[in-house]
Amino acid sequence: MNAFAFQRVAAAADAASAVSGRRGAMFLAGGTTLVDLMKVDVLTPDTVVDVRHLGMSSIDVTGDGITVGAAVSNSQLAWHPVVRERYPVLSEAILSGATTQIRNMATVAGNILQRTRCSYFRDVHASCNRRQPGSGCDAIEGFNRGHAVLGVSEHCIATHPSDMCVAMAVLDVDIHTVRADGTARSIPFGEFHQAPGDTPQIEVALEHGELITHVVIPHLSAARRSHYLKVRDRASYEFALASAAVVLDLEGDTIRAARLGLGGIATRPWRAVEAEHFLTGRKASDETFRDAAEIALTGSVAREHNHFKIELAKRTIVRAYATARDANL
Amino acid sequence: MRTTLRVNSTTHELSVDSRVTLLDALRDVLGLTGTKKGCDQGACGACTVIIDGQRVLSCLTLVAMCEGQDVVTIEGLATGGELHPMQAAFLHCDGFQCGYCTPGQILSAVCAVQEVHAGVPSHVTRNLRQPVNAATLTDEEIRERMSGNLCRCAAYPNIVSAVRQVLLNEVQS
Repeated sequence: MNAFAFQRVAAAADAASAVSGRRGAMFLAGGTTLVDLMKVDVLTPDTVVDVRHLGMSSIDVTGDGITVGAAVSNSQLAWHPVVRERYPVLSEAILSGATTQIRNMATVAGNILQRTRCSYFRDVHASCNRRQPGSGCDAIEGFNRGHAVLGVSEHCIATHPSDMCVAMAVLDVDIHTVRADGTARSIPFGEFHQAPGDTPQIEVALEHGELITHVVIPHLSAARRSHYLKVRDRASYEFALASAAVVLDLEGDTIRAARLGLGGIATRPWRAVEAEHFLTGRKASDETFRDAAEIALTGSVAREHNHFKIELAKRTIVRAYATARDANL
Repeated sequence: MRTTLRVNSTTHELSVDSRVTLLDALRDVLGLTGTKKGCDQGACGACTVIIDGQRVLSCLTLVAMCEGQDVVTIEGLATGGELHPMQAAFLHCDGFQCGYCTPGQILSAVCAVQEVHAGVPSHVTRNLRQPVNAATLTDEEIRERMSGNLCRCAAYPNIVSAVRQVLLNEVQS
């Protein structure tokens, strides 16, 4: 691990100033991504600024939704009674990821900013355009069984690893930030993560030194009928091969509105908007869900080892919707 | 850098490199070698400790992050000469073979039981809207809640028995 200075500050804007003033500085929250990647020299900050003690650790339920501090732990959010009651898709998504120890450490903002688990990204001896722009991508011709089929480019096919983010994508969460000059802004979840395109090193819509302070989960009554289904190689403690976050608004057996997010198969938390439009007004049957799944996977690009993910994702979508439809609320 | 570390109710003044993890500080600086280094990358759970009442991984925690927090390791679990009920249950149920993962398993299990008593759900909980019930908790629930602690000897069935024994004893008392 490279040497670095460990810094604590008093307020969120101070943290933003401390990081924006130094090219090599980074924020440190739970450490489950940053410390891990520092140990393998993938991330080499010269300064880390601890942002866990800046008053960003509360969950506030309001009439308009829920405001969640950036430093709230994944466990805290998943276990919150109002989240479990109103947004089960979010609790389920978080609880399906990692382990209790890691969820106790990892923060909400840290989960949003977590880096890909692509083994070539994590290996400094491999070529990776995300880690070292212009060096090439060893995954495209390499062992790419876990890699993405949606949102890929010729420069990067790394999967976004988060479960929580897939649920937040369907809930239209807003991400609030503060910059070094003290100005705040909010970024819609769908505009936050970037597909790799020609610049896979640009992962999110943040400036250097811009700090996430909190996120807002808007009120969505339909989210009471929501579900997160994750399919993986092991029963627990494993990243998704495919996952689906669904919200289903039913009137009898007709779909008034539907939302669909996909994980484990895309380069960023994926929202399948065209499939959602297709579902609107149709009968909530398995056949309808299968047709929507076909639409959701249109345009997917498989490589040598990840063809199976396309069919797996379709079946995951159908089962997730069927489970939400059949839930006894 | 200088930092303070509170472990098992004792505060230590440390002068350490900022790169030192909590795990290495416990083992190499304080000589508390009960906390084990398994994978050192957050995958195995052998380094599990309790910070401010929550189970966490000491290998992914920098010691500098712990200032002002309260760390409990396996050395701090027993009261005087009396084993913690979870330690006694692991002995009674033979919940280990080589023993390397055991300190992490026990600390993790102590917190898992507290979480069940608090009623919080896991990935396998059927109904998120209902608090889980300690008396009727399934083996599937215990396995899921303990999935962050790997045992290469595969003592899992006896670990599940130990956790269940403590859960049921606490329910009855």
